[in-house]
Amino acid sequence: MLADLLQFTFLRHTFLTGLLVGIIAPLLGTFLVVRRLSLLADALSHVTLAGISFGLLLEKTMLVSFLNPLYSGMTFSVIGAILIEKLRHVYKGYQEIGIPIILSGGVGLSVIFIALANGFNNDLFNYLFGSVSAVSQQDFWTIIIMASFIIAVIRIFYKELLTLSFDEEHATVSGIHSKRIHFLFIVLTALVIAVSIRIVGVLLVSALMTLPVASAMRISHSFKQTIVLSIVFAEIAVIVGLISGYYLSIPPGGTIVVVAILILLLSISVKRFSYILSKEG
Amino acid sequence: MQDSVIRLENIGFAYGERQVLKNVHLDIKRGMFMGLVGPNGGGKTTLIKIILGLLKPDNGSIFLLNEPMNEFKDWNRIGFVSQKANTFNKGFPATVYEVVSMGLTAKIGYFKFFKKHHKEKVLEAIRLVDMEKYTYRNIGNLSGGQQQRVFIARALVSEPELLILDEPTVGIDYKNVDRFYELLHELNVKNNLTLLLVTHDTGVMTKYATHVACLNQTLHFHGDSAAYTALTTEQLSKIYGHPVQAIVHNHD
Repeated sequence: MLADLLQFTFLRHTFLTGLLVGIIAPLLGTFLVVRRLSLLADALSHVTLAGISFGLLLEKTMLVSFLNPLYSGMTFSVIGAILIEKLRHVYKGYQEIGIPIILSGGVGLSVIFIALANGFNNDLFNYLFGSVSAVSQQDFWTIIIMASFIIAVIRIFYKELLTLSFDEEHATVSGIHSKRIHFLFIVLTALVIAVSIRIVGVLLVSALMTLPVASAMRISHSFKQTIVLSIVFAEIAVIVGLISGYYLSIPPGGTIVVVAILILLLSISVKRFSYILSKEG
Repeated sequence: MQDSVIRLENIGFAYGERQVLKNVHLDIKRGMFMGLVGPNGGGKTTLIKIILGLLKPDNGSIFLLNEPMNEFKDWNRIGFVSQKANTFNKGFPATVYEVVSMGLTAKIGYFKFFKKHHKEKVLEAIRLVDMEKYTYRNIGNLSGGQQQRVFIARALVSEPELLILDEPTVGIDYKNVDRFYELLHELNVKNNLTLLLVTHDTGVMTKYATHVACLNQTLHFHGDSAAYTALTTEQLSKIYGHPVQAIVHNHD
């Protein structure tokens, strides 16, 4: 792949995009997991699918190519995030009810848009499972800009996000605008999902946000360490997954997730092993 | 006149039809260690939520640090240790240091970063609660009493003038409860920190608190702890609405 990487621009784009996604997905995923909102990623990825299929439908029927499906996906994802928030307020005491509503709504809309566009095409398949060749020049720049934006916002609001994640009541009482920070957080999540879909695909994006974090949490003591380790694990999964996906002609979504699961199993057994050792020693 | 840290005038609050608080007057002066006691369902936690601005009273007025509630913005001058503090997600990957530094988040403010002098403050707060050995340990692996000390440090790190604690000893074993109250007493005397402690453990105040208030819908007693200790069993039972055994702790 290395020689090919130098030769083909599209591969270089895919690889760099993969590396960026390997940073932002677990970075936001850490907050998502500790707040027990992992399923939010699933709901939002399915809404993003609706947005993407809407974009593909427009492309096909109206021959408008100015609307990149990446943009319509992002828009739908952010709207979905806002709707989940609204539902949380409508059904007080049923914090998670918005998630299945939005998830099924997203799938429902996707089915309708796909049918209107006369069924599956190769593009959609790429969006579902990820692709090593799908990242265009334009996608690439959009993803770089979005990723830099996301990283900057998390850097700026890191202490507020952490304080809110640990203890919402304390955050509110100490004078932090919890609702606004939470809103910012889910909009960021929506954007990360839309951006990551190019590489891992709709169905597996939540895996890249949660699996590396689940592995990191087993070993680390601090929150910062969890973030750093989860990014390391995600990068390993992305790099190994992309290369093996390329050579085996498998969509990288599948290979990346399988590598992430292997890392997870390893981290669980390492912890067990060190526990047994410490008991014997 | 000594300055008031909390002044409540004629507070009333109802959850729907159920009147929880009625005509509550309370004045907490700087330097007091006020123990707020009363039966379960007597409105203690509701009153704390009102003081913290989490609930709006139906009537009455609140003054925090001499400012009316709706104009009060300096929330970092008030520290709060919740009843729920020990029900946090025990698997949360954060160190004692990280948890205590969260106490500075609001004080540092938006768009500003955590700096070196903030780190000093966090370490100092950890020392103050005698937890420096555990600074970089995971919070979930500590005992209930140790965790509660960490939450006190989180509340103290922003250097509040008033510390409010809502049943902070729930889930802490007896031996540690004593040490915990010693710590509060020290903070009250040495650091001149005003304390409002909600508890149903009626024995404790007699030793540590300077003042006691008994709440059961309205305040039935409000005075210094010596006067509270002097209350007869009969009077106490009237306040609680059921027979009460006055427990006096002996720490000798």
